[in-house]
Amino acid sequence: MDTAVAQERENYLNASHGLKSWLLTKDHKRIGLLYLFTITLFFFIGGAFATLIRIELLSPQGNMVSSETYNKLFTMHAVAMIFFFMIPSIPAVLGNFFLPIMIGARDLAFPKLNLLSWYLLVIGGAFSLFAMIAGGVDTGWTFYTPYSTTYSNSWVIATALGIFIAGFSSILTGLNFIVTVHRMRAPGMTWFRMPLFVWANYATSLIQVLGTPVLAVTIVLLFVERVFQLGIFDPARGGDPVLFQHLFWFYSHPAVYIMVLPGMGVISEIISTFSRKTVFGYAFIAFSSVAIAVLGFLVWGHHMFVSGQSLYASMVFSFLSYFVAIPSAIKVFNWTATLYKGSISYQTPMLYAFGFIGLFTIGGLTGLFLAALGMDIHVTDTYFVVAHFHYIMVGGTMMAYLGGMHFWWPKMTGRMYPEGWAKLSSLVIFLGFNLTFFPQFILGYLGMPRRYHLYPAEFQVLNVMSTAGASILAVGYAMPMIYFIWSLKYGKVAPMNPWGATGLEWRTASPPPVHNFEQTPIVTHEAYDYTSVPAEEIEVV
Amino acid sequence: MSAPHSETHVDSVGTYVKVLLALMFCTVLTTWVAYIDLGAFSTVIALSIASVKMLLVAMFFMHVRHSSKLTKLVVVGALMWLGILLVLTMTDFVTRNM
Amino acid sequence: MSNHAHSESLELRVQFDTAEQQRDASTLGMWLFLVTEVMFFGGMFAAYTVYRNLYPEVFAICSSSLNAVLGAVNTCVLLLSSFTMVMAVRAGQLGQQKAIIWFLILTLLFGGIFLGVKAVEWKEKFDEHHIPGQAAFHLEGLQQADQGHAQLFFSLYFAMTGLHALHMVIGAGILLGLILHAKQGRYSASYYTPVDVAGLYWHFVDVIWIFLFPLLYLIDRHLGK
Repeated sequence: MDTAVAQERENYLNASHGLKSWLLTKDHKRIGLLYLFTITLFFFIGGAFATLIRIELLSPQGNMVSSETYNKLFTMHAVAMIFFFMIPSIPAVLGNFFLPIMIGARDLAFPKLNLLSWYLLVIGGAFSLFAMIAGGVDTGWTFYTPYSTTYSNSWVIATALGIFIAGFSSILTGLNFIVTVHRMRAPGMTWFRMPLFVWANYATSLIQVLGTPVLAVTIVLLFVERVFQLGIFDPARGGDPVLFQHLFWFYSHPAVYIMVLPGMGVISEIISTFSRKTVFGYAFIAFSSVAIAVLGFLVWGHHMFVSGQSLYASMVFSFLSYFVAIPSAIKVFNWTATLYKGSISYQTPMLYAFGFIGLFTIGGLTGLFLAALGMDIHVTDTYFVVAHFHYIMVGGTMMAYLGGMHFWWPKMTGRMYPEGWAKLSSLVIFLGFNLTFFPQFILGYLGMPRRYHLYPAEFQVLNVMSTAGASILAVGYAMPMIYFIWSLKYGKVAPMNPWGATGLEWRTASPPPVHNFEQTPIVTHEAYDYTSVPAEEIEVV
Repeated sequence: MSAPHSETHVDSVGTYVKVLLALMFCTVLTTWVAYIDLGAFSTVIALSIASVKMLLVAMFFMHVRHSSKLTKLVVVGALMWLGILLVLTMTDFVTRNM
Repeated sequence: MSNHAHSESLELRVQFDTAEQQRDASTLGMWLFLVTEVMFFGGMFAAYTVYRNLYPEVFAICSSSLNAVLGAVNTCVLLLSSFTMVMAVRAGQLGQQKAIIWFLILTLLFGGIFLGVKAVEWKEKFDEHHIPGQAAFHLEGLQQADQGHAQLFFSLYFAMTGLHALHMVIGAGILLGLILHAKQGRYSASYYTPVDVAGLYWHFVDVIWIFLFPLLYLIDRHLGK
């Protein structure tokens, strides 16, 4: 393709100019990029708090910050990372950008609502940022009562309000995706021809729509208790703080799947593309996404084994928790089977996908340890739990997010990133990640509790290893940030289909035109049918 | 694009009036029955009447009767998830002293 | 068909191929929004279920302190507003522009009456010191030890009726917008989706009240006699 021609062609980036054309855009692709800027900001804010935490934990004496400040640091790290980075990450950036294109639609069903969702995230983020700057919040991201309603003197309400508002961003995005998948598919795009990334985002949207409102009402009840002295959870009036935990985890356990399911969708795309094989067990992977979404609502009590919840309920929740392992394992086995006898190329997105499969498996299996009542009571509130969920969220979701960013970057920007640097960064991140979090499994098993800045001296070696790993991880995360920006100006111009992939997004120009396709595509093939890709379109880089 | 569009059904005014009268009757009934000692059945009856009223509103006023399978699935799904929330939360509270 | 095409193209947004697709999307979108509302109120219904189960006698006594007759009358007012709302939708289906406006105005009126009665009831609670969180809180006929549990009931009462009323206020705002647009003649038999979709919301708010009424006003009324 001629470079000059490619640059002159009108696309969604150069169709209109000026700040206003971005802030008032209804184009799902531009809104995806707005989300990208926003969540990147929050990723670095959350990362800054993580850095301070790791520096504090270099020494066992806790001599850098006071314990109050430390409480605020881990709370704000989690608030920024979970609600303003992880939850919106893959759905709101990559999903927003690619879900409509992948089903052959011109836009989401409700573009204005989509823009509103972004503004809600920004407004919610502004409230939480204000709280962080004004003095922070120290309740832990879980806002457990009665500490959060009665005793904490920090900025609980501003933070909670921020999360409440951002929650509606999440709800409306989910609603928009579900309607889009049901009503906007191109001719011939049947349910079982949809890419697995779309299935994964559809399942995620179900959780966002069914779960997030319960978090919203929980925050409302927290708000009226703290501000108007209504006593919904107040033990002094016969209220039960454990009820708060039930309502909170009804959302917040499924929220883990809001974070990881879209990542699994990304991995399905990457694994198939870079092994040039149809995904093994397509229907199983598709349905396992929905199964995870459903089962995820039945297990929340496993966060509450030591809360005073009845033993009977704990046994029920423990038992149900094991079922989530089935669809998760189905995915891992099917990806592995897809690789078998595939024509594998080790390009950057694939390296991230390998990272995801390995780390997610470790995270998932340690989740089974924690679902077992006896084992859980031994390691409750220790670094074992911290390591477990970081393997899922950072080892899983973050790997998938970066894999997806590399996979689709040429399509989003029309530029290739430097492959050598990208491969290097994926290795640095993989090593840094494991050095940061694997020692935490050991620390936790040995009994180091989470959320303390003081610890016995014998834990120092492992903590220093963890901090060293975190600094490597930080370098790894800074690298893509730099070369992605670099590539915007100096990167090679991306062809239409640099990976020889099958999705509809690779059948339109890079970057795509404003309404995604010159004419509405008509789908005649299954997803991942590599015989359907015209040979002349593939310009493997 | 997928779901075939169902034709618009225009219900008669008489249908709506009958539904309204049924709803009002149910309101009077539930208020009256609350003053009678039925033991544990008081709650059951109150909730049953409320459910009937909900069904009337949903089926007629919200046109679920004429709606697609998808809409019906959405309604059933919402009630199921509400059920999950209530039932699993109560598994804890009703077994606290066992 | 050809005379429809003109009015359809006026309202058809660029992402849709047909007016039918656009309407189906709006309707599904509203139903999904109502799902989120079910779960939103669901959290409070869960809290209610837990506490009513823990303190059944106190809840019955608190419930009897509410005015059941006023509640029943108000329920009927709300049901009436649902009736006029569905009549507005029907007028939309038939393209009767005048009737749309009048039925919407009636709906707004009944909604307003409902909120007015609610306000009177709340004021009564203030006068009777049935406001949780205040030092003066006291419910007659209960021992000191049970006053806290009574506060739980009234916390739920205010949270649930308050959020329901908030939804009514939002609904009233939507109705106002619809009335203005209807006066401009925007709705016709081929395009009345906003009225239809707003109707779904209004009926949903009605359904919530259908459950709130027996749960809050009618617990074991016979005990009070």
